[in-house]
Amino acid sequence: MIKTDILIIGAGPTGLFAVFEAGLLKLKCHLIDALPQPGGQCSELYPKKPIYDIPAYPEILAGDLTDKLMEQCKQFEPGFTLGERADTIEKQDDGTFIVTTNKGTKHHAPVVAIAGGLGSFEPRKPLIDNLADYEDKGVEYMIKEPELYRGKKVVIAGGGDSALDWSIFLSDVAEEVTLIHRRNEFRGHLDSVEKVQELKSAGKINLITPAEVIGIEGDGKVEAVTIKQDAKTYKKECDHFVPLFGLSPKLGPIANWGLEIEKNAIKVNNALDYQTNIPGIYAIGDVNTYPGKLKLILCGFHEATLMCQSAYQIINPGKRYVLKYTTVAGVDGFDGTRKEAPKAVVKKIE
Amino acid sequence: MEQDVNIKITDRDGVVHEVVAPTDMAMNLMEVVRSYELAPEGTIGICGGMAMCASCQCYVLSDTELPEMQDDEEAMLSEAFYVKDNSRLGCQIQITPELEGLEVELAPES
Repeated sequence: MIKTDILIIGAGPTGLFAVFEAGLLKLKCHLIDALPQPGGQCSELYPKKPIYDIPAYPEILAGDLTDKLMEQCKQFEPGFTLGERADTIEKQDDGTFIVTTNKGTKHHAPVVAIAGGLGSFEPRKPLIDNLADYEDKGVEYMIKEPELYRGKKVVIAGGGDSALDWSIFLSDVAEEVTLIHRRNEFRGHLDSVEKVQELKSAGKINLITPAEVIGIEGDGKVEAVTIKQDAKTYKKECDHFVPLFGLSPKLGPIANWGLEIEKNAIKVNNALDYQTNIPGIYAIGDVNTYPGKLKLILCGFHEATLMCQSAYQIINPGKRYVLKYTTVAGVDGFDGTRKEAPKAVVKKIE
Repeated sequence: MEQDVNIKITDRDGVVHEVVAPTDMAMNLMEVVRSYELAPEGTIGICGGMAMCASCQCYVLSDTELPEMQDDEEAMLSEAFYVKDNSRLGCQIQITPELEGLEVELAPES
């Protein structure tokens, strides 16, 4: 059982900044995210797109924003359960919560902060009849451990950045990489497209376009896929089939947690602390709604900060605290590091 | 007002809405749908308007001349579901005076 002070569901910008703000109050955080990496939409959907409305950053790439938020909260040693979706929540007699993921990992915390954005990202699955039979038996919708593919034959399908990037990456790991796409054109970053072109010419990636995987075969695990190209259909032997058709966010199991939902979002008390109708459960960032709500990263940062102050009172009932400025108090990391402003130099002028 | 255009939007339940959209606020068709709340939040414009999710797919019913489809829109539609010949992504259609009289229908949620 993983124990923490604030269990944050969603490792996007709002969740990551909450780790920092909680750390200032000496509260430890653990984050759960359905994606295999932190950053939420910023890292999954548009890592290379610039954002222009982060205060003090005239322009910052979404991927860089994620990196900086990770760097900023690092000293507070957040724990991560990645690639798993928070499925159930049980309130204990003492008012604390146990949250269990789809993989059975249990987390115990007095406060839960849902920072789930538009929901957990679920893979868009191609329409292949027996696809579900081979899930985790050679069919994977996201690549979590590249080593799994070492020395294996891998077929990747899709036309976006993840299909391109993983084909490039696995060309050095797998025995054979085949990339299949419905069109000749790819939607990815220009560098990636050129790199795949290069690897294709060097014989390190098989590129099959315009084509589609329409069937899977194998006894208990993937052994081959059926490919339709123009009018002909043929089989290709492989150990893994990885369809990468993008992800679409779904509120998912959180919708059944007894929280008040409005417009696909969780209603919160915005006059106070972004708490939901269940005391001890907060919702911050894009996942919440209240009169005047704006789905902006900068609003998520604000909401995360107020949430932490309120959570402090739940975790430390009656314990006094006043807001301190980092410029004055510095930042004491849980890892033993300390950041502080240099002391002013006082010197006499003769 | 002079800079407004009239657009007819059929929502996902088949209800037709006649709406007025401003041309001076740099809005696109997806945003017009959202501003009139013609589709539930979280089911349209999920990617924010980057032609990356197809949640704003619509079918163009009138013969209004529309801005030409760019590569990213075409590529996204090639990976989307329920695509027809008259499919477009609402987020890629800027509201301009030329759109007066446009009629569209929202594609099913997928």
